[in-house]
Amino acid sequence: MGKVIVVTSGKGGVGKTTSTAALGAALAQRNERVVVVDFDVGLRNLDLVMGAERRVVYDLINVIQGEAKLSQALIRDKRLETLFLLPASQTRDKNNLTAEGVERVITELKRVFDWVICDSPAGIESGATHAMRHADVAVVVTNPEVSSVRDSDRIIGLLDAKTVKAERGERMEKHLLLTRYDASRAERGDMLKVDDVLEILSIPLLGIIPESMDVLRASNLGSPVTLADARSAPAMAYFDAARRLAGEALPITIPGEKRGIFDKIFGRKAA
Amino acid sequence: MTKVLTDARSIRIKGRSFLAVVLSPDLPVDEWLTRLDDLASRSAGFFLGRPVVLDVTDLEINRTQLMELIGELSNRNVSIMGIEGARPSILGPGMPPALKGGRPVSDEAVAKEPIIELRNSDVKPAAPEARAVLQSLVIREPVRSGQSVIFPEGDVTVIGSVASGAEIIAGGSVHIYGALRGRAMAGSIGNTAARIFCRKLEAELVAIDGIYKMAEDMAPGLRGQPVQCWLEGEAIMAETLI
Repeated sequence: MGKVIVVTSGKGGVGKTTSTAALGAALAQRNERVVVVDFDVGLRNLDLVMGAERRVVYDLINVIQGEAKLSQALIRDKRLETLFLLPASQTRDKNNLTAEGVERVITELKRVFDWVICDSPAGIESGATHAMRHADVAVVVTNPEVSSVRDSDRIIGLLDAKTVKAERGERMEKHLLLTRYDASRAERGDMLKVDDVLEILSIPLLGIIPESMDVLRASNLGSPVTLADARSAPAMAYFDAARRLAGEALPITIPGEKRGIFDKIFGRKAA
Repeated sequence: MTKVLTDARSIRIKGRSFLAVVLSPDLPVDEWLTRLDDLASRSAGFFLGRPVVLDVTDLEINRTQLMELIGELSNRNVSIMGIEGARPSILGPGMPPALKGGRPVSDEAVAKEPIIELRNSDVKPAAPEARAVLQSLVIREPVRSGQSVIFPEGDVTVIGSVASGAEIIAGGSVHIYGALRGRAMAGSIGNTAARIFCRKLEAELVAIDGIYKMAEDMAPGLRGQPVQCWLEGEAIMAETLI
């Protein structure tokens, strides 16, 4: 049985879709069978980031409504043969997501894949609760700024209340993925520091993804950053996060802790 | 010299609620008294032995006028057990105590209440009541934004932080072994002795017995400190814990 991961945040624009794609591609490169599922019905993006937007025929809603078989809707990645995408519908109403339908699809996917990664829509409405409902593990994507942190806190509360695991009285495994982290801005006080975010959210840290142009460039190319530019700093951080998800114990490095040549010249203190 | 306790039995102090009749006079007071007399003549003894609360909210009245009004009412055998909605400045010694936090009930409930002649009824000694069990709620994880913990039965203890946008409402005291970033309301059912304790004060709001203090009203020196809050009269006091 595969593991179901929900990538969620509450707030929009913090990097859920980018992180879903990057983690999915990173896990698939370990030769594990991965499916990334887009739950953002009506505002789908994961197909774009995965570079599969022109290959979508059937989608999640079609499968839920019985208009297509799961195997017809799954899109295999052209670069990694263990990576699949289940796209969301762009035209249908999100009310077509039903609790029973989602449960059936997730159960079926779990049987075939090692990892089922659900890309949650922003907000705390039905789309987000459907995405988190059957998860075994939650990856809470947070930017180092106050509104994102508060929204993440709200989502953590919902993860502990509205998931099947929580309703069975089990503990939901939750990990924090801090994205768009800029060490120099955190140092100046423009951004929250890693410790501040961890103190407020008090869940274990999965990784810190540095703010980088490589991420945007990869998204625009239609490729997860872990495929487009595997040597870039954000890709390396995603690879480490994927290894931690798979159970490896790796020490976490805070980006910018290594003092670069400019820091030495200007003599700024590192955190 | 040490005091010797002659009796090991403790003194029991309990709460009890009664249904009181509320009188809300309007101006001019003379005319209102005439109408009251008119009512009293039709149902004699209505106020006799009844707990009566005088509601003077929004009534333009000074201390002397209030004294006169109470005098006029006692001439009519209406004894006032408390005054509601009075400015502290018009109350004084010898006056009934100020009341607050009363809840309205339907007029029917007041009418149904039988008139009891206290003097004539043979007062039975109250049977010893079972002492109400004080309850505690212990939360072992952080209270997240958007969550609301409401526990009127007693104290709430949180082993963890209370996030911005979360709230704790306790009938008793609130203890937070972590940072208080949201709202904490202690003594929510009228307990002035309730207190709020936290390891780190970053609160949006603290309230005790309905009296509240916003973040901006708190002394800046208390921010981020371990703090306790309590009620002194109508004001919330706060100081750092060592």
